Amino acid sequence: MPESLSFGIDPITAHAWNKDRTKLAISPNSPEVHIYHFQRGEWKLEEVLKEHDLKVTGIDWAPNTNRIVTCSADRNAYVWTQSEEKKWKPTLVLLRINRAATCVCWSPLENKFAVGSGARLISVCYFEKENDWWVSKHIKKPIRSTVTCLDWHPNDVLLAAGSTDFKVRVFSAYIKEIEERPVSTSWGSKMPLGLMMAEFSNSTNGAGGWVHSVNFSSSGDRIAWVGHDSSISVADASKGMAVSVIRTDFLPFLACLWVSENRLIAAGHGCCPMLFEVNETGKVHFAGKLDASLKKETSGVSAMKKFQSLDRQARTETNDTSLGTLHQNAITSVCLHTGNKANATKFSTAGVDGLLAIWDFNNLESAMRGLKFN
Amino acid sequence: MALNNSLLGWRRLVIDVYNDYNYYLDLAVPPGGPTTLVFFTNKPRKRNIEALKTVLRNAPISSRNQMVKDAALNVVMQVLLSMKSSQIEEAVNALDRDHLDILMKYIYRGFETPSEGSSGQLLAWHEKVHAVAGVGCIVRVLTDKKRV
Repeated sequence: MPESLSFGIDPITAHAWNKDRTKLAISPNSPEVHIYHFQRGEWKLEEVLKEHDLKVTGIDWAPNTNRIVTCSADRNAYVWTQSEEKKWKPTLVLLRINRAATCVCWSPLENKFAVGSGARLISVCYFEKENDWWVSKHIKKPIRSTVTCLDWHPNDVLLAAGSTDFKVRVFSAYIKEIEERPVSTSWGSKMPLGLMMAEFSNSTNGAGGWVHSVNFSSSGDRIAWVGHDSSISVADASKGMAVSVIRTDFLPFLACLWVSENRLIAAGHGCCPMLFEVNETGKVHFAGKLDASLKKETSGVSAMKKFQSLDRQARTETNDTSLGTLHQNAITSVCLHTGNKANATKFSTAGVDGLLAIWDFNNLESAMRGLKFN
Repeated sequence: MALNNSLLGWRRLVIDVYNDYNYYLDLAVPPGGPTTLVFFTNKPRKRNIEALKTVLRNAPISSRNQMVKDAALNVVMQVLLSMKSSQIEEAVNALDRDHLDILMKYIYRGFETPSEGSSGQLLAWHEKVHAVAGVGCIVRVLTDKKRV
């Protein structure tokens, strides 16, 4: 049974965990960011970060350096650091964009972060010690439309971006001022800033939809993305950029996450996290729904139970509009909770229903007989 | 003589031009559509499923010519509406995912221009396709830039 935390009725647009998962930063569809702390068995609101003017669109928490970065529709991003009195202090980052920021992601070594925006560019920001401020560099070509999602490669240099022009692109975000020249990977060897290493189209024959989420696997060779045409695709750089797509029967997914080198979770408008597997030949296939334990009883409900539920929910009609899944509305984001991308045991999902659920693979195993988790 | 000469015009008709075979040919010949001719020349009842497959395989999705698309729509509508309700499920099971997506697009286009009794039959088709291909199929009808 997944653990679920309710944060009120407002949709949760973004969430992020700290390193030991005792603190949680969420944004309830407003310009504020709420920090919750797990104390004595329950989640208490510790602080409210109020600096943005418009809705916060992305939050990321750097586990090792303990910094939070938030980006918002007001074209700004702030890096929050915790002072001695445990208060969070913001530092403005000059993104130099003239449209809303849509998503933000710390790099694996936490020395830089990338912000996607509606200005058709990605801002890669790093801290310049001489002037004591955050500076941004732009990746513009050949992005033709809003960047909706970002993810970093484990080598801290390559960046994948999904966009509303139906394309997923892998760029190099190498900042020579702060890091060494990267070694070559399966994506290419020369990596100057802004070079597009690969481009994948989410559309065949002009079909396709906006790319909602993109994710690098733990080795960095594979990249998965989900699009609004209810499709999920995996591209493998070690197999010559081979792409495997399935157009699913479900509603479109909004978020995807690798949980092992061969398994990935996708969740979205269907309100239920789905498990997908990639086999040896590189083809992706559907492995199962992870919300199987909460089927509503439809037939065989006794008359007493029916009237009891009517009474409890103060309804007068017999039609029950609640869904059979844990989340009652679309899932907007999926985050790793325990483990890493090579071997995850728990992950968290947050949705438009204001619910944050933590899913444990060990408990789900019994609900999914026949699948072996290694 | 007091004969009404206008009524004698029918003596000049070539009656063979107006039988079913040629009539449909005139209607349904899109430029570059030899396949439609083939379909209509052998259309006994049991080849309906083959006809459906052919018509979906050659659907002019990439074409920019609206007349070609309308002509193809007419042909598809005729196939869909002529099949019996009992045959629909068998036909849907014989199609693969890509063809089901194209079929769903035609079903929605058929809803846009209803004729006598067509919507009811199309709803039966919609139900069977949805049972096999799920909501994803309908989402692809909405998100696809290339309209049928």
